[in-house]
Amino acid sequence: MSARPRLVFVGNGMAGTRALEELLELAPERYDVTVFGDEPHPAYNRILLSPLLAGEASEQEIIVHDRAWYEAHGVRLVSGCRVVAIDRGRRVAVADDGAETPFDRLVLATGASPIMLDIPGRELRGVVSFRSLRDVATMVEHARDGGRAVVIGGGLLGLEAAWGLLRRGMTVTVVHLLDQILERQLDRTASALLQRRLEAEGIAFRMEAETQAILGADRVTGARFSDGSTVGADLVVMAIGIRPNVALARGSSLPCERGVLVNDVMQTYDPRIYALGECVEHRGRTFGLVAPLFDQARVVANQLAEDGYFAYREQPMATRLKVTGIDTLSVGELSATPGAEEIVLSDASRGVYKKVVVREGKITGVVLFGDASDGGYFLDLMRDGVDVTPFRGELLLGRGFVEGAPAAGGEGARLLAAADETRICDCNGVCKATIVATIRAKGLTTLDAVKRHTKAGASCGACSPKVEALLEAVAGAAVERPAVAPMCGCTDLGHDEVRAAITSAGLDRIDAVMTALDWRTPDGCSRCRPALNYYLVCAFPDRPVDDPRSRVVNERVHANIQKDGTYSVVPRMFGGLTTAAELRAIADVVDKYAIPTVKVTGGQRVDLLGVKKEDLPAVWADLGRAGMVSGHAYGKALRTVKTCVGSEWCRYGVQDSTALGVALERMCWGAWAPHKVKLAVSGCPRNCAEATIKDFGVVAIDEGWELHVGGNGGIKVRATDVLCRVATAEAVMEHCGAFLQLYREEARYLERTAHWVERVGIELVRARVVEDAGGRATLHARFLASQAHAQVDPWAERAAGHDAHEFAPLARLADEPWAAE
Amino acid sequence: MREETLEWHQIGADDAVPRLGARVVETAQGRVAVFRDGTGAVRAIDDACPHRGGPLSEGIVAGTEVSCPLHGMCISLIDGRAIEPDEGEVRVHPVRVVGGVIHLGLVPGARRAAGACSAVREAR
Ligand code: SRM
Ligand SMILES: Cc1cc2nc3c(=O)[nH]c(=O)nc-3n(C[C@H](O)[C@H](O)[C@H](O)COP(=O)(O)OP(=O)(O)OC[C@H]3O[C@@H](n4cnc5c(N)ncnc54)[C@H](O)[C@@H]3O)c2cc1C
Ligand code: SF4
Ligand code: FES
Repeated sequence: MSARPRLVFVGNGMAGTRALEELLELAPERYDVTVFGDEPHPAYNRILLSPLLAGEASEQEIIVHDRAWYEAHGVRLVSGCRVVAIDRGRRVAVADDGAETPFDRLVLATGASPIMLDIPGRELRGVVSFRSLRDVATMVEHARDGGRAVVIGGGLLGLEAAWGLLRRGMTVTVVHLLDQILERQLDRTASALLQRRLEAEGIAFRMEAETQAILGADRVTGARFSDGSTVGADLVVMAIGIRPNVALARGSSLPCERGVLVNDVMQTYDPRIYALGECVEHRGRTFGLVAPLFDQARVVANQLAEDGYFAYREQPMATRLKVTGIDTLSVGELSATPGAEEIVLSDASRGVYKKVVVREGKITGVVLFGDASDGGYFLDLMRDGVDVTPFRGELLLGRGFVEGAPAAGGEGARLLAAADETRICDCNGVCKATIVATIRAKGLTTLDAVKRHTKAGASCGACSPKVEALLEAVAGAAVERPAVAPMCGCTDLGHDEVRAAITSAGLDRIDAVMTALDWRTPDGCSRCRPALNYYLVCAFPDRPVDDPRSRVVNERVHANIQKDGTYSVVPRMFGGLTTAAELRAIADVVDKYAIPTVKVTGGQRVDLLGVKKEDLPAVWADLGRAGMVSGHAYGKALRTVKTCVGSEWCRYGVQDSTALGVALERMCWGAWAPHKVKLAVSGCPRNCAEATIKDFGVVAIDEGWELHVGGNGGIKVRATDVLCRVATAEAVMEHCGAFLQLYREEARYLERTAHWVERVGIELVRARVVEDAGGRATLHARFLASQAHAQVDPWAERAAGHDAHEFAPLARLADEPWAAE
Repeated sequence: MREETLEWHQIGADDAVPRLGARVVETAQGRVAVFRDGTGAVRAIDDACPHRGGPLSEGIVAGTEVSCPLHGMCISLIDGRAIEPDEGEVRVHPVRVVGGVIHLGLVPGARRAAGACSAVREAR
């Protein structure tokens, strides 16, 4: 074994991990390092639990280091293991399994624990905190069934939890003790604006309410307040604050107050033991944001590397609420106290509110709501102690106004000229000089590389534009913009590049694509295979390229898998029309196969739920005999064309929307697409078919039809953009075919039209589908050509025996002698 | 697992299980999923994901792993363990191919462990 001094980290959270990274950077070989973490996962970015909960980040994305990283750096990681005692006399750390690890130096980074209200019912199932990956897993689990959530606490954490659960489809109530949310971060006006905004998004608030008990026998059913009122709930999240984890330090006789006491170089009472992060108390202060922890990590690493020393000094820290689309930022004094004054800009109609607190000419506080784009600017002025008196009139209009037309080179040049210690990334405490030096020394040319090497922009991402501007200023023309993320871990190429290679080289087999493009894995993975399969199906409609093994189960068996392993069957009803014969056939099938549930769907047809897999081919055969085909309710394909009754019956109808809907569905059914595609046709602008939240929507007007694209009624509602108006039903059909083909050929797999239109811009769609008549005709023709091969009813094929092996077990061994067991 | 405690069952022809595909065998101890992985090897595990019992035989196979069709957990076909950061495991059953016929080895009377979702397990 090595004779290197032994260093032990207790806690593998954000602070501990950062200190370790900094140390490995400064002195990679100095210590024999062991890291203990009592969570089962390797290091992850706790900040990103909020986007993870909201479904905006994946678990993959929030992992900071996987186990391979620890191995590569020669660090022993012991995760899922708790250190229960530090024997300072013998210098060993004792783990919960009794193992003893000797140390020469030790770093305490045990973080903090959520405070749980000590009220009846706190132990019920469904009561959680919001702190760890486990908590998020529990919340996501509950949110799966919709239901109601109560979030106790209207602070940053509570609001982010509420937002995430709302996004996951729960009905959310936030309970707050005071009459103002986020009272520690915002002033009254901004709090009220924020509350109103969140209410508009669907979050309910119960203010000045004290939770007295959580109700329920074994799992949560509700909460009761001190005024006796109650509210129903399936999930209760407590987000009322955190308490530093000091038990371990206390048990080892290290002095603690609220946190473990440390000096300016983050040493505890025992000079061999350092502490940092949310578990410490420094000069009477405890911490709850990552920026100070990262400063502390640098100090600790310097100390451990015996590399001279920094002392830790607290910096003003901005806080932001991580709720997509709602910008808030605050720092310092929230309201003027005697001797200070407030400059306020309030634009109610735009929902923007800005306030700067100024004392003796210098900014001492900032509150922004609705537009936080100048937050960094105000923060710089504040940190640098700039006298703002000369331009206080324009101050709130932002940097653009104060500094006039941007200098040549813009933001980047200005940042490059700024002082070396100008803070760029608040989360990770990275200053300008570090970024510039790293870009130069390592010859970095991509934003991603700068993030990886400096950590700037790698946490909440708010400063990414600044980092990118700096990169541009330093590296100039060398900057590469890999605007596209790689398809998956199997390749570095993005969707567009892969697709271009498929069409230009005529690669018509998945393995050929993988070989030609140097895939890292022999068979790809469950992310890239379905995407490649779609690209091939789209590029070569007339060749047998479809690989069932690269389709997700629903598309392979042409039915939707249910949570119990049975399937649902949705026959197509063109334009939402049906007949007595079809309904009779459905009724017979339901009886014959004892199908437990029959439901009218939101897509104007009937869903048969709970069909056994073995029965599928027979069910389809029976439905097929009545003339029905697959509704593709399971596919990344054309789903439904919703219609209203239109001019044929409705007293307002101006065109025959039902007939057009049927014609559109006859043209489009069977088309595979990057994601599902939904159409609707309304007979007048009352729009009963909800055409303005469809991928392609048609609304009848007196003179003809108005065409809409890029709508979405799902997770995030997006109203359509108007494409154009046309006079005839034939023109609608051509525009529709052209639009769908453009989407099929150019959108990335799993990108719905709403996201695609937002990415490429409606102008591009108009240019290709509306303005370029020749291009439109060609796109439409390509669509029809592809449909000639696609409109084969997959159910009929399977009822006739195709893929029979999919639906029958290979063997039944139930009659073995031991079967009785 | 010792050989003599196993009972071998002929379950079908070697070519009945396509590469990167799976078939199901119904047994008295539950459904067993029989795969042919990317290396060409036939492998058998219980057809119930440790997360919420999803039918692993319906998942996408890549290399020596299968990803569950319900929520995407990846399971190693070699040792039945979930790929990190997920947790959980399913039983692996020995398989051999003799003269073009696949044989599945089962321990008579064995039961599958009750699978519980790791998140649920941790939350308790
Ligand atoms: C059956 C149905 C609910 C109902 O009982 O009415 C339904 C059921 C499912 N929807 Fe839906 N959606 C149904 C109409 C809708 C609608 C309304 C509509 O189409 O008019 C929407 C919002 C409109 C939209 O898509 O823009 C809708 C938005 C979603 C979403 C969110 C899509 C998004 O882009 O945000 C998903 C998730 C996804 O696709 O990834 C989803 C996914 C699902 C899945 C497939 C979940 C799954 O992967 O297993 C459900 C399958 C249940 C099953 O096994 O049958 N379903 N789903 C509706 C079937 C309509 C049909 O006849 O085909
Ligand atoms: C949902 C959420 C969103 C947030 N968003 C932001 C944000 O936007 N901006 C911001 O600045 N901050 C944010 N924070 C706060 C930030 O995450 C914390 O300040 C930071 O994680 C604290 O780091 P730490 O290392 O001190 O503690 P932690 O990250 O909690 O790490 C401590 C680790 O030590 C482990 N541990 C404790 N005791 C032992 C022991 N005896 N043995 C072994 N291991 C032990 C713990 O399990 C834990 O894994 C957020 C926090 C949460 C929960
Ligand atoms: S049918 Fe749609 S809304 Fe209903 S639970 Fe399933 S996915 Fe959610
Ligand atoms: S049941 Fe397999 S991942 Fe959920």
